[in-house]
Amino acid sequence: MNYGAATNWTIVFFTFVFWLAAWFLNSWLVKQEEKTPNLRQFNSIAVPIIFGITLLVVWEGLVRGFNVPTVLLPPPSMIWERIINSTDILWLDFKQTFLKAVLIGYALGCGSGFLVAIAIDRSPFLQRGLLPLGNFVSALPIVGVAPIMVMWFGFDWPSKAAVVIIMTFFPMLVNTVSGLAASNNMERDLMRTYASSYWQTLFKLRLPAAGPFIFNALKINSTLALIGAIVAEFFGTPIYGMGFRISTEVGRMNVDMVWAEIAMAAVAGSLFYGVIALIERKVTFWHPSIRGGRN
Amino acid sequence: MRAIFQSKIFAILTILLTLLVIWYAMAVKLNTPWQLGVYERAGTTAWTTSQFINDTLNQKRPVLPSAHQVFSEMYVTIFQKPITSKRSLVYHSWITLSATLLGFAIGTLFGILIAIGITNNKALDRSLMPWVIASQTIPILAIAPMIIVVLNAIGLSGLLPKALISTYLSFFPIVVGMVKGFRSPKNIQLDLMQTYFASPMQIFFKLRWPSALPYLFPSMKIAIAIALVGAIVGELPTGAVAGLGARLLSGSYYGQTVQIWSALFMAAILAASLVMIVGLIEKRVTKNMGLTT
Repeated sequence: MNYGAATNWTIVFFTFVFWLAAWFLNSWLVKQEEKTPNLRQFNSIAVPIIFGITLLVVWEGLVRGFNVPTVLLPPPSMIWERIINSTDILWLDFKQTFLKAVLIGYALGCGSGFLVAIAIDRSPFLQRGLLPLGNFVSALPIVGVAPIMVMWFGFDWPSKAAVVIIMTFFPMLVNTVSGLAASNNMERDLMRTYASSYWQTLFKLRLPAAGPFIFNALKINSTLALIGAIVAEFFGTPIYGMGFRISTEVGRMNVDMVWAEIAMAAVAGSLFYGVIALIERKVTFWHPSIRGGRN
Repeated sequence: MRAIFQSKIFAILTILLTLLVIWYAMAVKLNTPWQLGVYERAGTTAWTTSQFINDTLNQKRPVLPSAHQVFSEMYVTIFQKPITSKRSLVYHSWITLSATLLGFAIGTLFGILIAIGITNNKALDRSLMPWVIASQTIPILAIAPMIIVVLNAIGLSGLLPKALISTYLSFFPIVVGMVKGFRSPKNIQLDLMQTYFASPMQIFFKLRWPSALPYLFPSMKIAIAIALVGAIVGELPTGAVAGLGARLLSGSYYGQTVQIWSALFMAAILAASLVMIVGLIEKRVTKNMGLTT
């Protein structure tokens, strides 16, 4: 790249024009909604996409127009090229960080949080003691335990999974306990008149009623898990993994590779979140927020 | 007596005590292999159980430091070192805290501004809101090292880059909470303002802003907690100079477990007090507004 080259005003100008045009297109689309209500569905997808494309074009245009050194901020096209050219490395990192550390830690952390919540559900004493602690711990910087976990469980993925377990455990615990309390007295009384046992009430009434709360925790945890695994890798890893790649490639000034990893992390995180949101729609179809059509 | 057993404090204390017992038991168990090695090398064969347990709890670099080791380390580094010293935990906490507060302040301001934009402009609402949500699926903490490096290259260093990471993390709960808050006035209230012939500005300051405040404080509690996490992680890649994150990193490099644990506890105390301060302000404000909490 030619550093310090003069600003290319033509590119900057066209970027600006594109931005204005996209802005007016979006405003126009939203205004049309009032006349044709059918447009609503289309708009809820089209408008954010147009905005996103505009963002990428403006990014590309400004970086090229002002000749920003690629070390600082590479244009999206360059990042895309890097993604295409190094799929094998990206896949290796993805396997290590996402498929092993994140998914295993997520499953174990959410699972144990759920089971502990059911276990303490029968003991008001444990609930009184554990819930404030759980709420307190949720506010703590838990990623800080990463160095300890690396020391205990070694450099490979188990230490990252351990961090993810600790991070996801408490949100799940707190949410499930409040979810189990969500069914009201009337409904529980009805179950009593049916002479249903504790477990029948749990499975047929209280767990389904806790669904929205549990899915809320699952969604919060999906982003927490990815963050936990990547940050834990800053404290020591084998020679692959998303966190490892990011920290070493920054040191080598290969910023496009870093952005490629970030793009992958963002896509993986969004898909993870999206899949859970989709399952939520299927499982808790009765909830007003889903019946209403829009999420 | 019954009242004591049924109280919340009693339950919490019991569980904390149980955790402490588990902690000590784990410390003995995890530190045993190393201690056995020490005895073997020293040729000590006749050791009693109590002596052994005592030794496992007072190792210099234990796998799991015992509680009293952590707390005495904290006492020494907080109270017995001058606060300008690099060994003082207060010094490191202050560095982290200042980045947290700056980032939190910018994030809150920025979040409120975005929320105002979203509630007042339909196109902005449709186009920006999905991206505000998408922005949080990017693990920003993972980008932290790069942001630090990039900003360093531009010439920004020290406090601001860390604060920006905190900003990025903390603006999100504020936006979500405030959008909800600004939309919370009911139609009937808005209609009343219309009949008063109130200008948009007046509607905003006399109706929307006050009714959004109850939403602001819970968001701020979440925001300040994650701003602290952001500042700590932001300190990891800066070459471990100063701050709680740097303490964690250097502790993990040199195997100083006691140092890691004391930094961790300090971070926990900091987080708890920050959330508590926001809670106190909330109580004060809601009381002044005449809202029952």
